[in-house]
Amino acid sequence: MNHLSRKGVNVQIKELHSDLAHFRDLSITIGAISREKWEEPMGPTPFPSLTTLRPWDQILLRKYKPFYLPFCDLCCLCTYGKCDLTGTKRGACGISMPSQQSRMVLIAACIGAATHVSHSRDILSHVIEYYGRDCPINVGDTGVEVEAPVVRLVCGIKPETLGDLEPVLDYCENQVTHLLAVTHTGQEGNNLDFESKVLHAGMIDQLGMEVADIAQISALGFPKADPEAGLAELGMGTVDIKKPVILVIGHNVTPATGIIDYLKTNDLTSDVEVTGICCTAIDVTRYSPKAKIIGPISWQLRYIRSGVPDVIVIDEQCVRTDTLTESAHIRAALIATSEKNCLGLPDRTNDPVDDIVAGFVSGEVPGALILDPEKVGEIAVKTARAIAPRRKKQKSLPSRETLVEMAKKCTLCMLCRRACPNDLPVAQAVKAAAGGNLSLLDELYDDCLGCGRCEPACTQKIAVHSLIVAAAEQKTLKETYCIRTGRGAIRDVEIRKVGGPIVLGEIPGVVAFVGCANYPKGSREVAEMCMEFAKRRYIVCTSGCSAMSAGMYRDEEGKTAYERYSGSFEAGGIVNVGSCVANAHIAGAAIKIASIFAKRPLRGNYEEIADYVHNRVGAVGVAWGAMSQKAAAIAAGFWRLGIPVVVGPHGTKYRRMLLGRADKESDWYVYDARSGEKVYGGPVPEHLFFAAETKEEAMVMIAKLTMRPNDTSRGRANKLANYVDLHKRLVGGIPPDISLYVRTPADIPLTMKDEVLNHLHRHGWKEHTIPDPTLLPRMIHTRKE
Amino acid sequence: MNESWQTAEIPGPKKASLIIKPDIADAIIRRAKRPIMIVGHGIIEYEVEGKKLIDCLIQLARKAKMPVVVTASTSREFAARGFEPAALMSAVDIANRLTDPEWKGFDGRETYDLAIFVGLPYSMEWTILSGLKHFAPGVKTMTLDCVYQPNASWSFPNSTIKDWAANLKGIVANLGD
Repeated sequence: MNHLSRKGVNVQIKELHSDLAHFRDLSITIGAISREKWEEPMGPTPFPSLTTLRPWDQILLRKYKPFYLPFCDLCCLCTYGKCDLTGTKRGACGISMPSQQSRMVLIAACIGAATHVSHSRDILSHVIEYYGRDCPINVGDTGVEVEAPVVRLVCGIKPETLGDLEPVLDYCENQVTHLLAVTHTGQEGNNLDFESKVLHAGMIDQLGMEVADIAQISALGFPKADPEAGLAELGMGTVDIKKPVILVIGHNVTPATGIIDYLKTNDLTSDVEVTGICCTAIDVTRYSPKAKIIGPISWQLRYIRSGVPDVIVIDEQCVRTDTLTESAHIRAALIATSEKNCLGLPDRTNDPVDDIVAGFVSGEVPGALILDPEKVGEIAVKTARAIAPRRKKQKSLPSRETLVEMAKKCTLCMLCRRACPNDLPVAQAVKAAAGGNLSLLDELYDDCLGCGRCEPACTQKIAVHSLIVAAAEQKTLKETYCIRTGRGAIRDVEIRKVGGPIVLGEIPGVVAFVGCANYPKGSREVAEMCMEFAKRRYIVCTSGCSAMSAGMYRDEEGKTAYERYSGSFEAGGIVNVGSCVANAHIAGAAIKIASIFAKRPLRGNYEEIADYVHNRVGAVGVAWGAMSQKAAAIAAGFWRLGIPVVVGPHGTKYRRMLLGRADKESDWYVYDARSGEKVYGGPVPEHLFFAAETKEEAMVMIAKLTMRPNDTSRGRANKLANYVDLHKRLVGGIPPDISLYVRTPADIPLTMKDEVLNHLHRHGWKEHTIPDPTLLPRMIHTRKE
Repeated sequence: MNESWQTAEIPGPKKASLIIKPDIADAIIRRAKRPIMIVGHGIIEYEVEGKKLIDCLIQLARKAKMPVVVTASTSREFAARGFEPAALMSAVDIANRLTDPEWKGFDGRETYDLAIFVGLPYSMEWTILSGLKHFAPGVKTMTLDCVYQPNASWSFPNSTIKDWAANLKGIVANLGD
């Protein structure tokens, strides 16, 4: 497998007569044809198996031990069960609670990785079909020489064409299958081995994401590592509702490109609004700047309930599974486009376009499965244009009078509130509406996740979510924001400029806001955090739903985060890399710092690079509204690189944290690469996976988690200045643990010298040395004889 | 009465015993050798009849001579009332330490045998109490929230804010001076 760069070839000959010999049933298999031109020597771990990087995982898991938070006391995965695993009880198969919890985490990570890899395979197959295997990879017209840092690091290959990416996905599919097999009854029994495999799944997920985004950037003309990628419109208020409106939802942009292409070809771009939710929305704006983003996943129900979309086109991942019911309710046409998400609809792929459109227009057909993106484009546009005039006359949301009448049925049983993930005061708001006061419902809109669980809980069958959206209708019209179009990769030249300042700590850190929209208090918190860290000269990255949330807020001067801050990977930049799969570029940037700035060998050299990133690159991932299994896999990819991840309070439902113990000195020793001695490096970063209770706690923790053993005193002082300042402002007082993070007096921020020194003296602080840190004995420098 | 506040949060066979009157909570606190209280940010917003419930908790901690861990930005409220908590620490961090039988507590003596939780977001407290139920056999847990937490050892049933305040006041009164 070491030098795979082309798909395998299999030749079978039934019978062959020649002068030399007579062959019968000859089968020749060539695993791969290598056209290797990359001169960098192969590292020790190309295409790692499930256990190749187990020693590295064990190093991390010794520092960051799992703290399990079982979401259920039972195991119900086989017919022995249900088995009660409470405390020290074991299941019928012998499994313990820690192993069961880590097994569930692995299942979640496998689901996430499989989803990205499958998505990647679909995108790659599509672009290869249209542009050919020899279509060159191009993620940056200039300034991107390390085109695929994750692929180079994990697989040890340097892809040049779309075809070169196929063996990477072959490997991913192989590994995900093995990983899923691990979760079968009677396989792995040790929780730490499950955890190691969770990290492996995360790494595979990162590969899958990188391949997907490289393929679509290269073939579909997305912005190529462009810091000045244009601004796209964002928010429900940006939609011209007089025009026919198409809504695309999901993650695979292919059907949406079919719509854009059809509009362009037929000179209809100005006549139809293409709007999107979730990552398809981000990617369709990378394809066409005229497309509009409605918002993150939590906007699905409210936007559909608003009645604005005439046609809804769904692809894959994070699409509400009741979309057909919802679209039928507003009499919009639904087109499903993915084999992974058919919703019970008839496959009309091979039917004539006009027949399908006619069915939609007559209202006889609520939806259809169409597995041809070009055809989707034509049908969606024709249908939207045909049904829009009729639909514009209908009102989907309840009028104020109807709303009040519906609310009068409320008995204050509180079941709506008890179904609400954020425990919002839903019943009180409905009761107030019954008296004509809609302001409480309007307020709920800001914090509502849009899950709709309040409705089936209601014994009086009140359409609670519709009431919320109707009460906030004026507010939705004012949702007029913007987002920087997903730029893709970070340029090598940008890495060269910031690599030193990051590793030395002069740029206090890289903070990446990623993931879904299961926020405890709405989108606004993400925007506020992004702007605060950008203001403090951190490099801020965004992706996916969080990238949208970051743009859905205006500061005191009326500017959104993307208007206020540059899109460059620089101190004070807010860098939207793109959709979920573009997360790979954030990991890629950390990897490129090790490779380009520090000149560490990249090829098939995972452990060394991860050791470098963990000890020297002050990066932190923040998935404030992480909800999905994909988010679990994305986080796991960052963990294996040693990058900590902070989640919101709902994140404890992922069933375990990876927490360091700052009070256990023995956990924080590193090798000093210069001397080979084991020295105290301090509890940095303190945790690998941490759930914060509030935005304020998260911000303080983010500042703390950017510290690394390698920080220079100047860098540490910069990081401490932010940590202390945020702590004082958001929590109150000087951080009680600051003595753990000051290594020498030179680490203390100048403006805080007296105050911090006083604290240190009161807490018996001792000075310690700043190491050249590594967790790998083989990285200790040996003297040349 | 022992239904989870969030209706779908059903854990399994082992569920919290109900505290049906303040005397029970008071007795549990008195019986504990090393109790500790963990107070989340959610407590700050509540007041009944013009009195903040956080004041009630401070009284309780003082009377029971119980160390208090404050999470998130709760510490500012305690400081404003002249009460110094034993520690400012995140909820997952203190819970993780409570699962370690070797941990000597904030005073370096020994670990705690009763952890009282109040004021964390419901689902976060639910999962944290689950972690302690399974992995901290030496630590009993009690919640003083007004919602039933099935993963605690003891919990009040779902109740109104007014009843909640009365329960807290009752516990404080029972503890005497």
